[in-house]
Amino acid sequence: MDSIKKKRKPLTSNLITLAIVCVLFAVVFILVETGNATRHMRSMLVPICINIILAVSLNLTVGFLGELTLGHAGFMSVGAYAGCLFSIAMEEILPMALRFPLAMLVGGLVAACFGVLIGIPVLRLHGDYLAIVTLAFGEIIRSIIINLEFTGGAAGLKGTPQDSTFVIAFVVVLITLVVIMNLVNSRHGRAITAIRDNRIAAEACGINVTYFRMLAFVIAAFFAGVAGVLYGHNLSILSASTFDYNKSIELLVIVVLGGMGSIRGSVISAIIITVLPEALRELDDFRMLIYALVLIVMMILNASPRFAALKGKLNYKALADAVRAKSASSKANKGGQTHE
Amino acid sequence: MMDLIVNLVSGLSLGSIYALIALGYTMVYGIAKMLNFAHGDIIMVGAFTVITTVSMLGLPPALGIIASIVCCVVLGVCVERIAYKPLRKAQPLAVLITAIGVSYFLQSLALLIFGSTQHSFPKIITVPAIEIGGLTIQGNMLVTLAVTTIIMVAMSLFIAKSRTGKAMRAVSEDRDAAELMGISVNRTITITFAIGSALAAVAGVFYCTTYGFIGPYTGSMPGIKAFVAAVFGGIGSIPGAMLGGILLGVIENLAKRYISTELSDAIVFAVLIIVLMVKPTGLLGKRVNEKV
Amino acid sequence: MNKMVPLPSKAIVPERDADKLPILDVRHLGIDFGGLTAVDDFNFTMGRTEIGGLIGPNGAGKTTVFNLLTNVYRPTRGSILVDGVDTLGMSTHQVNKLGIARTFQNIRLFSNMTVLDNVKVGLHNSTKSNLWASVTHGFGYYKAERQAKERALELLSVFHMQDLAGAEAGSLPYGAQRRLEIVRALATDPGIMLLDEPAAGMNPSETTELMENIRKIRDTFQIAIMLIEHDMSLVMGICEGIAVLNYGKIIAKGTPDEIKSNPAVIEAYLGKKGA
Repeated sequence: MDSIKKKRKPLTSNLITLAIVCVLFAVVFILVETGNATRHMRSMLVPICINIILAVSLNLTVGFLGELTLGHAGFMSVGAYAGCLFSIAMEEILPMALRFPLAMLVGGLVAACFGVLIGIPVLRLHGDYLAIVTLAFGEIIRSIIINLEFTGGAAGLKGTPQDSTFVIAFVVVLITLVVIMNLVNSRHGRAITAIRDNRIAAEACGINVTYFRMLAFVIAAFFAGVAGVLYGHNLSILSASTFDYNKSIELLVIVVLGGMGSIRGSVISAIIITVLPEALRELDDFRMLIYALVLIVMMILNASPRFAALKGKLNYKALADAVRAKSASSKANKGGQTHE
Repeated sequence: MMDLIVNLVSGLSLGSIYALIALGYTMVYGIAKMLNFAHGDIIMVGAFTVITTVSMLGLPPALGIIASIVCCVVLGVCVERIAYKPLRKAQPLAVLITAIGVSYFLQSLALLIFGSTQHSFPKIITVPAIEIGGLTIQGNMLVTLAVTTIIMVAMSLFIAKSRTGKAMRAVSEDRDAAELMGISVNRTITITFAIGSALAAVAGVFYCTTYGFIGPYTGSMPGIKAFVAAVFGGIGSIPGAMLGGILLGVIENLAKRYISTELSDAIVFAVLIIVLMVKPTGLLGKRVNEKV
Repeated sequence: MNKMVPLPSKAIVPERDADKLPILDVRHLGIDFGGLTAVDDFNFTMGRTEIGGLIGPNGAGKTTVFNLLTNVYRPTRGSILVDGVDTLGMSTHQVNKLGIARTFQNIRLFSNMTVLDNVKVGLHNSTKSNLWASVTHGFGYYKAERQAKERALELLSVFHMQDLAGAEAGSLPYGAQRRLEIVRALATDPGIMLLDEPAAGMNPSETTELMENIRKIRDTFQIAIMLIEHDMSLVMGICEGIAVLNYGKIIAKGTPDEIKSNPAVIEAYLGKKGA
């Protein structure tokens, strides 16, 4: 039957994603090592990695669990502060090779703990209510950090060792990708996706919906925290005002543009959205305008059936099928000719 | 005691501004089933229209306000037609991202035209303060309260009694069924956006009169607050938006005065969370059970 | 052919199940929505390998009974014993672990997932793979996945659907979607399966095939099956015990032959004679 859609094997797709990421890394790494990258380019490498981690982890809740959360920046900030405070305290005691991974672990775990604490009330809600409450929690976290003493308050936190390098950030990206892709293609990931597709049926299949919603939420929070630690160790001042809801929205934009539930999409879109504003730097005030227009046009095009048809034609798989069909028919023709 | 009453009054005044914005938010949500993130920026556009007409062109304030309303209505309808209408059948998240795009667009456009500096808003409400038994209540607050009350009563009557209001309720209940009953869904949605934008324009005038300054990003915080207010009262519910807005304003003002200025926003959000924990669909929201 | 015998609690089950604990024992079950009584004094027992039917006019409360049995709704009165265990206060997924699986009147598949993954979700609780294995894809992950896949294909083969394993569930034709729901329910290894209008939208030949398959499932898996159905040929053809529901109350219980000749049932379906 024509209407039955076959799905591509997830394993192959994941390997392709990992290969793309590794090749990109190799190319950039060679450019940097051979001195062909400008300082400006180099300064963007860690932020790109950070955004990839954030986008891929947010995709777990938005794309796979199917819940719109607007508080990802909140988890990022909690992780950033926890990790940076840890590093500042341990700077004299531990060597960097031990301190930095530990800081990331601490940041991730603290963010995950916040994920549990916030998840308990938040995950009782659904849809737009869940969205606004996660936004509210993100804003509360930000206000509290600004009003605390030990976080440096509104002036920001200074004195974090600048440990983040491109190579370290890339390794963390790889770990994030492998963990999330593995998770999605597992018993646990299936449960999470099943809840997205039909919560009531998932429950009737014996899936503890509360537990798996929490699991997705907490894992996403963990990686947001880790990304926050990388972020904090990449700057000389960590300021809470960067983690407002606009940051969460920016991450959401990355996920939606990349395609919900598509890890590769999130990676590519994170790279583009991080590089684009910098590439448009010369346009200065116009760049936000262009960015906004691109966003609107992309969304409208994505929804338009004519564009979808065009995309279907350009899809390499469709092309391959067309080629195969053609060669098959020409073979059949040849067969016919020899018969005559 | 006096202090408390004064703060309650200014909280009511701020709350009624939130209520006006939340009304637009909730109407659009109810009818188009979308979170219009750009709604707050309509306020900003309205306020800049007043600045342009009154401060720069020297027109009388009344004309400035009318110009602002007209401008916002046209903008709201255009945005709906150009950006949201092609997405009627798209998934909700795509519409949300488009609305965010529109919000960025309006902000950056304002940034290009008016620059990033804060502009002072003209004093267009010149009603003297009054004193009742030792209480001084500022004139602009009185006007805000009076006008918003009239608008809210009028809106309630309009939605309850008029043909268009009934059409709106029908579309919000069941779009397809309303269409089958001969209601033009597109026209109803357009009218909703027009009304919502007009309300935002009026709210913008009061909001900027209260705060005195305006910049390209002025609209985003009241926008978010109104979103909170709408959810607080039960998103989609019109009396809920009014109640939510007023409560939000009062809580914010009291928190600012008696607890902490910096933490007032956090307190507002915390109250929202507590309310949703107790009543997951907001104060006046209807509980919709999924049919199994 | 199937003799029904009374149990101590006045319920009747097929003779072969008589000396075993009933898989489902429902007593005085009732639920009110606001002031409206949707189901009242519902008593029903299912033997361990019985095929039972729940019929009644539209709006009689049949699906509500299923929702009560799976704890989607909390009952106002009465008790439900699954395999002798009271399910009071349990959540739906716990009830499933106790042994109740179900399908839905309006199909509820995981439509963006493959057919195979839909069945694997059903196998969720029998797949032995912990979070650590899921994240690392080590520690027995591949073994567990392989076993799940084999089991899923085996279950799909009941309906000859193994070739559709890689297809997207939402793109299947209607009848296949209904069958997939049954396979998915079966995958949860239930003691009793509740089928909500399994033959809805099927043509007569598909219905006959479904009837044979339901019987085959009961015989191979040795489970009880309770179904809501409007197709009387199906109900009368395979059910051993039938309960008729009208306005939330059971108006008749018995074998198909008894039900067919029951005047109260005829009245509920056709209205009062001479009215």
